Amino acid sequence: MRRIVWLLFCREWRLAWRRPGDLLNPLVFFAIVISLFPLAVGPEPSMLRIMAPGVIWVAALLATLLSLDGLFRSDYEDGSLEQWVLSAHPLTLMVLVKVAHHWLVSGLALVILAPLFGLMLALPPQVLPVLCLTLLLGTPVLSLLGAVGAALTVGLKGGGLLLALLIMPLYIPVLILGTGAMDAALQGLPVMGYALWLGCLAVLALSLAPLAIAAGLRIGVSE
Amino acid sequence: MKPQPIQVERLTCERDHRELFAGLSFELAAGEVLQVAGPNGSGKTSLLRILAGLMPPVAGDIRYAGESILSGRGRERWRQDLLYIGHAPAIKGSLTAEENLAWLCALGTPASREQIWAALAQVGLKGFEDVLCHNLSAGQQRRVALARLYLQPPPVWILDEPFTAIDKAGVAALEQHVLAHAAAGGLVVLTTHHSLDHLDAVRCLDLQQVA
Amino acid sequence: MNWSFFHKLGSPKWFYDISGRWLPWFVLATVLLLSVGIVWGLVFAPQDYQQGNSFRIIYIHVPAAFVAQSCYIMLAVAGIITLVWRMKLADVALRCAAPIGAWMTFIALITGAIWGKPTWGTYWVWDARLTSMLILLFLYFGIIALGQAISSRDTAAKATAVLAIVGVVNIPIIKYSVDWWNTLHQPATFKVTAKPAMPIEMWFPLLLTVLGFYALFTVSLLMRMRVETLRREGKTRWAREALEKMS
Repeated sequence: MRRIVWLLFCREWRLAWRRPGDLLNPLVFFAIVISLFPLAVGPEPSMLRIMAPGVIWVAALLATLLSLDGLFRSDYEDGSLEQWVLSAHPLTLMVLVKVAHHWLVSGLALVILAPLFGLMLALPPQVLPVLCLTLLLGTPVLSLLGAVGAALTVGLKGGGLLLALLIMPLYIPVLILGTGAMDAALQGLPVMGYALWLGCLAVLALSLAPLAIAAGLRIGVSE
Repeated sequence: MKPQPIQVERLTCERDHRELFAGLSFELAAGEVLQVAGPNGSGKTSLLRILAGLMPPVAGDIRYAGESILSGRGRERWRQDLLYIGHAPAIKGSLTAEENLAWLCALGTPASREQIWAALAQVGLKGFEDVLCHNLSAGQQRRVALARLYLQPPPVWILDEPFTAIDKAGVAALEQHVLAHAAAGGLVVLTTHHSLDHLDAVRCLDLQQVA
Repeated sequence: MNWSFFHKLGSPKWFYDISGRWLPWFVLATVLLLSVGIVWGLVFAPQDYQQGNSFRIIYIHVPAAFVAQSCYIMLAVAGIITLVWRMKLADVALRCAAPIGAWMTFIALITGAIWGKPTWGTYWVWDARLTSMLILLFLYFGIIALGQAISSRDTAAKATAVLAIVGVVNIPIIKYSVDWWNTLHQPATFKVTAKPAMPIEMWFPLLLTVLGFYALFTVSLLMRMRVETLRREGKTRWAREALEKMS
C-alpha cells in the first residue's frame, strides 16, 4: 500500500510541475484579493490592522476554492477516475494522497506567503507566527472540505461557482476560529485554545472527508 | 490465472428513464470472446460499465465465481481479476507514455521498466517511450492505453471500442492478441463497430434483439 | 424484525395510496392547530412585560425555525436511506422537502427581522441565532442547486444525499462556532428568545403553532411528493389511472 501512495504522489507532483502556471494562479489571486481591500477602504493602518485577519482568511478561503475546482476534473474527463474506482486499492487512500498533494502545493504556499501580506496590512510582526499557525492548521480543512465539493460536482460544466456555493457555509467554523485566534493574538491573549480547536477540526476532516470524497467520485463515475 | 465463470441474471438498465434493456441473462466461461453489438444508443457501453462495476444496474445481478459482484468479497475479487478499458483511455497528456503505463500498471500488477518498454514496442510505439502523450496522436494515445493488454493483464478483459482510431494493421494485431488471450483461457467482452464476423471464435450478443 | 413494511414503503404506488388516505386528516389537523394557535397567540395571549406586543411574532418565528432545522435533519436521514437502501421514495422526499425547508428558514429570518426592529432598532443584527439561520438557508440553497445542476436523476439523488449528510455533520460545528463568535463580539448578548418561565397562556399557543407548522410541513411535503411520484412513475398503469381519476 505504501508503494501506491508514493507512486500516486510522484504522479501528482510530476503533473503539477509540468504545468507550473496552474500552481501560480491561486497565489496571484490571493495577492490580488488582499490588495483590493486597502484600495477599497483606504490605507489607514489602524483600520487595515483590524481588518487584516478577516481579509487574509477570506482571501485564503477563496483562493483555495478556486484551486480546488479542477482537482478531479481532468482525471474525470480522461477516464483516469474510472481506473481508480476499479482498482483493487482503496479509493479513500488515493483520494487522501491527492488532496494532501494539493494542500502541499497550494495551502502550504498560502501559509508561506501570508506573513508578507500580513505586514502589508499593518499587522504587527509578533502576531505573524500565529497567522501562520492558524493557516497551517486551517488550510488542510479547507482543502479536504473543498475536495468533497469538487467530488460532488466533478461531472458538471459550471462546476466552479456551484462548488463555492456548496462548500462555503461549511468553511465558516474554520474562518471563525482562525480570525478569532488572530484577534486574540492582537490583544495579547493566549491562542492555544483556538489552535487546539482548529487541530480538532483538522483531525475530524482528515478522518471523515475522504469517505465523502470517495463516495462523491463513485457517484460521478457511475453516470 | 484462469477466470471464473460469469453469470448475468435478469439485468435491467435504464438511462434517463429510458429502459435500454431488461431481463438480460447470459453466461460466460473461460476462453470465450463476447462481442456486444447493437446500434448507437442501444446500451452497449452501459452494459459494459455495469459489468465492470462502475454503474449499478436497475435490477438483476452479476455473479463471478458464484458471488455477486455488486458488493462485498465478490466485488473485490472481481476487481482483482478485471481489466477495463473504456472510451476514455485514461492517458494523461502531461506524462510520457512510459510514466502513464507505469501508473496504470501500479493500479493492478506493477510492471518493470523493461516490461513496459517491451509492451510499447509490441503496440508499435518503440522509440516513443519518453514522449509526452499530448504530443502523440489520438491513435497513438489509444495504443498506449492498449499496451496494458500486453503487461501481465488480469484474466477478464472488458474493452469498450478498443479499435477506435487504430489503423488496419493495428486492428489485426489486436484481434489476434484478443483471440490468443481467450485461447490461453482468458475471457474478453468487447464492443466495436468493426465487423468481427471473420473470427469464428467470437460470440455475438445483439442488444437490439434483447430490448 | 419484520422488514417487509420497510420495503413496502419503497413502493411508489403504496405511498401514493396511503398518503391519499392520510392527507385529509393532516389538512384538518393543520387548519385546526394553526388557526387556534395563531389567533390565540397573536390576539389573545397576554403581552410580554418587556417587549409588549412585538414578541407575538414568536408564534410564527419559533415554529418556522424548528421546522427549518428538523427538515434539514430529515433531509440527511432521507439521504442515508437513499444511499444505503437505494429507496427511490427517499430521494423523492429529499427533493420535495428541500424547498419547503428553505422557505421555512426564510420565514424564520423575515419574522426574526420583524421582531428585531422594535426590539433592537434595526431590522438585521448579526446575532447567533439569525446568523445560524442564514447559514442554514445557504446550506438549503446548496442542496437545491446541486439537485438542479445534475441532469441524471439517479446521480442527483446520490449526490444530494451525500451533501445532506455532510451538511448535517457540519451543522453542530457551525452552530457552536457561530454561538461562540457571537459571544466574542457582543459580550453583553441580548438573548433573542429570552425565556424566563413562560406562563401557560403564552407557551400553550406556542405549542399549538409549533405542532401546526409541523402538520403544515407534512401536508406540503406529502402533496409535493405525490405530484413528484406521479411524474416519475408516469408511464405505469396505476399512475395513468390516478391521473384520469383526478381530471
